[in-house]
Amino acid sequence: MLLAIDTSAGTAVAIVADDGRVIAERSSADTRRHAEVIGPLLSEVLAAAEVDDARLTHVVAGIGPGPFTGLRVGIAAARAVAIARGIPLLAVPSHEAVALRLTEGGVAAGRFAVITDARRREVAVTVFAAQLPLPAEVESAHLVARAAFAPAEGVTPFEAQEIPAAALAHAALARLATGVAFPEAQPLYLRAPDVTLSTPKRVS
Amino acid sequence: MSAQPLVLGIETSCDETGVGIVRGTELLANVIASSMDEHARFGGVVPEIAARAHLEALEATLLAAVERAGIALTDLDAVAVTSGPGLSGALMVGVGAAKALALALGKPLYAVNHLVGHVGADILHAPGADDRGELELPTIALLVSGGHTSLLLVRSLTDDVELLGETIDDAAGEAFDKVARLLGLPYPGGPQIDRAAVDGDPTAVRFPRGLTLPKDLVAHRYDFSFSGLKTAVARHVERLRDAGQPVPVADVAASFREAVADVLTAKAIAACVDLGVPRLLLGGGVVANARVRTLAAERAAAAGVSLRIPPLSLCTDNGAMIAAIAAQRIMAGHGPSDLGVGADSTLPVTVVQA
Ligand SMILES: Nc1ncnc2c1ncn2[C@@H]1O[C@H](COP(=O)(O)OP(=O)(O)O)[C@@H](O)[C@H]1O
Ligand SMILES: [Mg+2]
Repeated sequence: MLLAIDTSAGTAVAIVADDGRVIAERSSADTRRHAEVIGPLLSEVLAAAEVDDARLTHVVAGIGPGPFTGLRVGIAAARAVAIARGIPLLAVPSHEAVALRLTEGGVAAGRFAVITDARRREVAVTVFAAQLPLPAEVESAHLVARAAFAPAEGVTPFEAQEIPAAALAHAALARLATGVAFPEAQPLYLRAPDVTLSTPKRVS
Repeated sequence: MSAQPLVLGIETSCDETGVGIVRGTELLANVIASSMDEHARFGGVVPEIAARAHLEALEATLLAAVERAGIALTDLDAVAVTSGPGLSGALMVGVGAAKALALALGKPLYAVNHLVGHVGADILHAPGADDRGELELPTIALLVSGGHTSLLLVRSLTDDVELLGETIDDAAGEAFDKVARLLGLPYPGGPQIDRAAVDGDPTAVRFPRGLTLPKDLVAHRYDFSFSGLKTAVARHVERLRDAGQPVPVADVAASFREAVADVLTAKAIAACVDLGVPRLLLGGGVVANARVRTLAAERAAAAGVSLRIPPLSLCTDNGAMIAAIAAQRIMAGHGPSDLGVGADSTLPVTVVQA
């Protein structure tokens, strides 16, 4: 039984059984209040899982890309659950959850791009090849100016507003089943920290 | 819940990732990771760098604290976290982790005030070690760090803290850091200036004491201002450089340090005297300053005020003080925080628990 947490867009949490059955799923589309809503949402899915016989075996963290402040909340929470329960943490790129859903639903075929907003008039883009049980990453996540974004020939773009946590767990299950390695549980920041190097100014 | 609750506290309000574990007032672990070095070349804490560092340091800090305390996470009675005030992106890392830790363990969550935590640091003592003597209340508390300069009247650690005054511009530690840069000294500037000042003459330059003129004392009796002082130092240094003269770093450092220590301690002691509270507690990283300590001791003694300074490892930001406040709240019968509680970068000091 897996707990998946993603805060790369809104806040999404889900508990999924080993066979893929979704036991509980909750989300909030709010893109500013991750630290607040993660509490009630986690509490609700954990309570729902309690009535299930199985025990949590893995925590899955969506590692973005996404706005940093929110993204960190989910990864921090996922790490904490893994420590509290003494279970492994599996990191999954958030775009992979969307790619899996699109492929399973037959919406995406061939090559396609998952796009999410990256603020500052940029989008984050990952290009996949539609295949099951797991879409293959063709181009890893990168930033493009929204105005300049033009998908390559034959690549269909899909812009996502939210990351379904159950799909994130399904992607983790697919990786486990096929032996595809997991990335490190580090945020996909894609941008260096914003710092302005100030030099002491004259005052007179 | 046991009479002396076992509480783990997480602090991520600025550049220290702190995890502490206490049993009531007994300190079992106080592990701190700092991203200070990563901010050095910027001359001050860069919020995004601090937030990234918290996420990286959290797991190791937490595990080290649990090991140090010799407990199992399942033994905990509660999980505590700093809700604010502080840098919001940094605070949110702690809040996210603390909520998940509490929920996954099935323990209550206590989201508490960082500044009250600094006062709470004073009640902690090592297991078996002699108590440092009860913290007597009410007390005046002067908290001075890179992010805060606050004067508090504390009647109760759990539910009665009043803000008497605070800085209206730079924090005292920030002033040390900025002046150090002006003098070409590395970050963090506080220890550098403290060291340079040893060989200097504190009366070499009479730098201004912010908000101490009679007219300022009307509206800002217990408030502080350090930006004018910083500007005065900058002018002084520029004038010397423009004239092609060497800057007497030791004298400038000593004179600047004297100005800061003078204002901080004068206002704190004035609060003790005005309010008839003969007790003063110091907290925050600037308390490491040698001149602040001596002047506080001298003036407290002269005014018949008893002075308390927690050990330095508990003066700077840490998780143990957060756990200590939560333990006090629990022992006073207060319930946990709502799971929807957030990080509040401007949490008022009157809100001990969010
Ligand atoms: N000896 C000292 N004298 C003056 N300031 C000091 C001294 N040691 C440390 N500081 C200052 O304390 C601040 C760090 O304290 P800390 O409690 O970590 O505060 P914060 O995390 O809010 O910046 C820095 O601004 C540093 O320059
Ligand atoms: Mg600090």
